[in-house]
Amino acid sequence: MKLEFAISGGDFSRAGIASSEVKKMLKKINVEPKIIKRVVVALYEAEVNVCAHAYKGNIFVEIDGTKIKIDIIDKGPGIENIDEAMKEGYSTASDAVREMGFGAGMGLSNMKKNADEMSLESKVDEGTKVTIINYLK
Amino acid sequence: MNVSDIVKELDLTVFTGEDYLSREIYGGYVSDLLSDVMGFSSEGDVWITLQTHKNVMAIASLKEHAAVILVKGFKPDQDTINHAAEEGIPILGTHKKTFEISGELYSLLKK
Ligand SMILES: Nc1ncnc2c1ncn2[C@@H]1O[C@H](COP(=O)(O)OP(=O)(O)OP(=O)(O)O)[C@@H](O)[C@H]1O
Ligand SMILES: [Mg+2]
Repeated sequence: MKLEFAISGGDFSRAGIASSEVKKMLKKINVEPKIIKRVVVALYEAEVNVCAHAYKGNIFVEIDGTKIKIDIIDKGPGIENIDEAMKEGYSTASDAVREMGFGAGMGLSNMKKNADEMSLESKVDEGTKVTIINYLK
Repeated sequence: MNVSDIVKELDLTVFTGEDYLSREIYGGYVSDLLSDVMGFSSEGDVWITLQTHKNVMAIASLKEHAAVILVKGFKPDQDTINHAAEEGIPILGTHKKTFEISGELYSLLKK
């Protein structure tokens, strides 16, 4: 099963749509609620990061019998120091984004906690690719 | 305890979700940082916040909160209300400050 979504930077009104669709899909195929919750937290944080920090991005979801693999690929400023970005509390979010309640610097650690596997690749001035994998059993 | 009980006991405004006040409450979470709520709140929580924009509903719905309470007389944005109606999660309001309403909800849930 494959799903694909597009996200544009700055457009918070659509943040969460991919997470919500994926949640519905996982429910339909009777994945355990506990697992669905973890996938949803990780994916939502990835969606919001594209809205908050990048220009545009795409989400590619692949579900097979044993796992769900999600790639979130964006064009954007990229991340210079990934270790630092992963630290809880580190954020470069703009004032406008912070005013909405984002920018606590917790998104990437939420992702790490909730994905069974997570990888992050980034090139400065080009973009970022996040991959999250959760096992369905 | 369900949402209609706290609406009555705490004298809350119902901005939207009249039809969903039977949702069961298991606990509460108080935060205005959205990633904090995403990471640490639980299903069945009442989320107390001063954020009024649409992403509040995205989170409340993904986390399956019982209801959202907006504090200090804040009102939800129109698109927040529309989204809440779709998701079936009540948005409630109070004129009280976060500290007071959280304390009252806490004692109510501890009963
Ligand atoms: N897709 C991305 N493109 C560019 N930079 C990113 C991206 N994702 C994360 N970052 C960088 O990593 C930092 C930490 O990200 P993280 O999601 O943990 O926190 P945040 O988005 O700033 O705040 P929160 O997620 O708590 O709302 C960001 O502030 C930003 O500098
Ligand atoms: Mg983030």
